[in-house]
Amino acid sequence: MTEPSAASCEVVLPDALLRLYPEAERRLTVAAADVGALIDALDQRWPGMGACLKDSRPSVRKHISIMIDGERTALETKIVPGATVFVLTAVSGG
Amino acid sequence: MAKRVILLIGTKKGTFIAESDETRQDWALRGPYCDAWPINHVIGDAATGTIYAAGGNEWFGPSVWKSTDLGQIWTRSGNGFNYSEGEEPVKSAWSLAKSHGRLHVGVEPAGLFVSADDGDNFEQVESLRAHPSRETWVPGAGGLILHSIVPHPDDPNELWVAISTAGVFHTADGGKTFDARNKGTRAGFMPEGMQYPETGQCVHCIVMAAGRPDRLYQQNHTGMYRCDDGGEQWVSIEEGLPSEFGFPAAAHPHDADTVYFIPLNGAIEGRYVPDGKAAVWRSRDAGATWSALRSGLPQENAFFGVLRQAMATDNLDQAGIYFGTNTGTLYGSRDEGDDWGVIAQHLPVIHSVETMVIHD
Repeated sequence: MTEPSAASCEVVLPDALLRLYPEAERRLTVAAADVGALIDALDQRWPGMGACLKDSRPSVRKHISIMIDGERTALETKIVPGATVFVLTAVSGG
Repeated sequence: MAKRVILLIGTKKGTFIAESDETRQDWALRGPYCDAWPINHVIGDAATGTIYAAGGNEWFGPSVWKSTDLGQIWTRSGNGFNYSEGEEPVKSAWSLAKSHGRLHVGVEPAGLFVSADDGDNFEQVESLRAHPSRETWVPGAGGLILHSIVPHPDDPNELWVAISTAGVFHTADGGKTFDARNKGTRAGFMPEGMQYPETGQCVHCIVMAAGRPDRLYQQNHTGMYRCDDGGEQWVSIEEGLPSEFGFPAAAHPHDADTVYFIPLNGAIEGRYVPDGKAAVWRSRDAGATWSALRSGLPQENAFFGVLRQAMATDNLDQAGIYFGTNTGTLYGSRDEGDDWGVIAQHLPVIHSVETMVIHD
């Protein structure tokens, strides 16, 4: 799942997603150049997870926030090496 | 061989299952399943015992859940619920039908998907959204939803679907093309002179009569209807009912002339049972005359509604009939509607009720 040019980052997954994928790790290291590639990497590891985070527009789902350094990101947002990426379920979606 | 009667209940907070023996006297309720996601429709395939639940979660999107052990273990799939790039994405799965080895799924915004692998992967039936009327489809109060899927029992190529607000559409070629089937149904919310368009009717529910695939019954936003020709021409059957407005319809499992509706007080009057008195209305002559079935139902201070997929019959010799309210009460009758009782209460908003009878 790693690409030679991709940045290695730490990803933190939300509880609601872990309920659907109990075998998934809460914190894991992923190599991805941008947020879209990160979602693709998660989907490759746990098939179906990508569709939970990204719609067919395509964009990050409306009630999902993927945050880096306190900023909400989009699919094309670049990931710098060593970043921590938080995947959050929005309060509005509950 | 003993029979088990299973009620499949879709609610705003998950799937519930009520189970009884064939006496249908005592019911055991269990749930919520499907992680308490909003579930719009739950069906069972009596041939295999498999249960399918359609819904959508605001976080993670549309999904179909599946259980092959009567609800103990569930799997979930959202694979393939994709529209073209740039289009408004699929928000939720709304309706299900299993027939001829395929699982059809209606979604919001309105579209039709099909699974050929028993609910693991889904593919859009693209011709429906290619219908020339598509740009005129608009959401009703429940959204722009495909809520009714009625497969032909014998012909795998023939299928009816209904969309709020767009109308009834029919395919006879396995989904390659769809044509509108709305003649005779009224769009009473349109200006005078424009109330019988080709499409744009707010159909709320369609069901097929037992043993007569050409006969459909329809509850519409404005009126109750029957057709005897696969939807080529609908006729009004609302005379004798207390209002033209309601959501569900249920066909008797053995008698094509018997149909049930639950008229509400009106589209702009609050959408609850008329005068706060609950009644299911039954016709035994295909809609010519009607009887109000009230025995065992609350006759004062009842201000609930019943949503479009929330009434169903079982298929025992003396048919059971069931409905769930938007205030979370599930009612049942084991004598075709003559007498009613409460099966469960204090549930979340009930979106749908279906039945499955299996043999031990």
